[in-house]
Amino acid sequence: MSDIAIRANHLGKQYRLGALYEQRYRTLRESLGSLFRRDERKSHETIWALRDVSFEVKQGQVLGVIGRNGAGKSTLLKLLSRVTEPTEGEAEIHGRVGSLLEVGTGFHPELTGRENIFLNGAILGMRRTEIERKFDEIVAFAEVEQFIDTPVKRYSSGMYLRLAFAVAAHLEPEILVVDEVLAVGDAEFQRKCLGKMGDVAREGRTVLFVSHNMSAILRLTEETLVIEKGRLALRAPTPQAVDYYLSRGFAREGERIWEADEVPAASLPFRPLAVRLRNPRGEVVNSIRSAEANTIEVEYCLDAPITGLRVGIYLMSMRGETIFTSFDTDDPQVFEQMAVRPAGHYLSRCTLPADLLNEGRFVIGINASSYRVRRYFQDEQALTFSVDITGAPGTQWPETRLGAVRPRLEWTIEAV
Amino acid sequence: MAERVNTNVTYIRPARGWININLRDLWLYRELVYFLTWRDIKVRYKQAVLGIGWAIFQPVLSMVIFTVIFNRFLGVKPDAGIPNEFYPIFGFAALLPWQFFQGALQRASISLVTNANLLTKVYFPRLIIPLSAVAAGLVDFFFSFIVLAAMMIYFGVPFTSRLLWLPLFLLLALLAALAVGLWLSALNVQYRDVQHMVPFLLTAWMYASPVVYSAEVITVSPFWQAVYALNPMVGVIQGFRWALFGTNPPGLSMLVSAGVVLVLFVSGLFYFRRMERIFADMI
Repeated sequence: MSDIAIRANHLGKQYRLGALYEQRYRTLRESLGSLFRRDERKSHETIWALRDVSFEVKQGQVLGVIGRNGAGKSTLLKLLSRVTEPTEGEAEIHGRVGSLLEVGTGFHPELTGRENIFLNGAILGMRRTEIERKFDEIVAFAEVEQFIDTPVKRYSSGMYLRLAFAVAAHLEPEILVVDEVLAVGDAEFQRKCLGKMGDVAREGRTVLFVSHNMSAILRLTEETLVIEKGRLALRAPTPQAVDYYLSRGFAREGERIWEADEVPAASLPFRPLAVRLRNPRGEVVNSIRSAEANTIEVEYCLDAPITGLRVGIYLMSMRGETIFTSFDTDDPQVFEQMAVRPAGHYLSRCTLPADLLNEGRFVIGINASSYRVRRYFQDEQALTFSVDITGAPGTQWPETRLGAVRPRLEWTIEAV
Repeated sequence: MAERVNTNVTYIRPARGWININLRDLWLYRELVYFLTWRDIKVRYKQAVLGIGWAIFQPVLSMVIFTVIFNRFLGVKPDAGIPNEFYPIFGFAALLPWQFFQGALQRASISLVTNANLLTKVYFPRLIIPLSAVAAGLVDFFFSFIVLAAMMIYFGVPFTSRLLWLPLFLLLALLAALAVGLWLSALNVQYRDVQHMVPFLLTAWMYASPVVYSAEVITVSPFWQAVYALNPMVGVIQGFRWALFGTNPPGLSMLVSAGVVLVLFVSGLFYFRRMERIFADMI
């Protein structure tokens, strides 16, 4: 008996482009038509969503999976949870797989909370006796006791989500596959979910955790897979993998450019064009000196005027902790002048003062929103850069200083 | 496709050739059949004032309409040996299995597409979906069966031991619906034309079955009776009427109908299993 939970061997999944995009399904007429005019339609273009992915997961290990959107993470999880089958390669799974590909799968709005717990539990592969045993625990975890006999269509989205996660979290499979459940829900509930996942891991069960939330990945996993363009790019201890991931995949160093097709339709009329980091000489760089003042600029277009718009940045550490948030209309006077920002092409620029950051790597995220109205666009990992401390305070001692910031404070020393 | 070799290890690899039916997984997930069936029934009658009463009104209303139009206006007669006044119960005996078959097939053929969100998110044996769509009709059948029993008392049709055959005929109707449902539901994943075609198919199928008329209209020869029974509902309906009235015992036609169901069922099962691997990608 080995202690392997998952062994993947050259897994690959090929999709036909036609099947993915313009033609989700065919009609009989089209199919019959293409039978007779075979050469008119070129052979379907295909794409490898995942190729040649091999890895092993030990029992009780919590493995992170990170990668950009469309890199193949979801395909990998779908293969492992048997939703779809591989085109090539094979995998070996020891034990029951519980997947949280999307919480609330199979919830029916007309059914009550109680009914949905049983239905959803059965869909996820639980036995009825198992659900009955855990019923009270699930209801308590979801905090929906009073509404348990109300149809879930009358639930708030928060209640709905809590109930859905509660069922899935009590599944107790040997292998738990989690995909982005934490992207939703309030902070309090996210903490609870993370806690529950930690419990699962402590009980010796295997967890495969896919997330864009780097701080959650860092907190919960020790080792992480980085998937890039359908390939396994790296398997490394999590801090190293996160570092690798964050420093890769940008069109040019020190700059993130959004191509037209990368902009989600939901963000319109706000269209992000680029974020750049410039040193005092105006060069676009991915490494700055702490002792100098540098500039961050956000370039964007407004296709229509926006009322109350604020465009800003987050500065975060590699561990995902926010160091600060700043918006271009933070100054109340500027905000009043800019009450309505007309359509046009803009550059919002700010100065990152000298003697602010400590050495290390940092992440810039951007956000464009109207307070309490709408969030147009957000990318929490638009850009990463590193800080060099040559000339910063205290560098005469070659030791590592803790902390994200390294301000030059005014000291006085008096003999008293 | 994945197959369980023992309870612990699952192998995931590309499917080659024909796939076995994987009864083991089906058995492991047997409770899901129950829950999905129960959901279908529950949801169907939610927010309907009459609720499950519809399971009774639908066949009763059809019976009234058929009796007025076909019996009173057009002069269609029941089987020889059954008095003309018995036409309502003669018709109802056929409507009972027919409406079960019709409802089951309707739900089964669109079942995969309506459950697309499940197919693309979690694994379970896909067969469960058309299976529970068919099974959901059994509750309706049960309620309209009570109506049939009441009518038997009213018309003075004796309760004989022939009635014990009814479960077998019902099973044949269920398998027929499942067999065709397997084909149509899998085809519908790829070709949505199927769901537009089903209502017409069912209308034509009803007139090709002895629902409003007697199977005796096909009296040319045993050969033509056998050809007629290639429609499995012919055997089912004849069986129901025989169990009630004792006329026109189903012999050859029952065998032919059962044979057709078997062929459709086995081929449907294989087609379904073969297409199963692309459901999540195509739907």
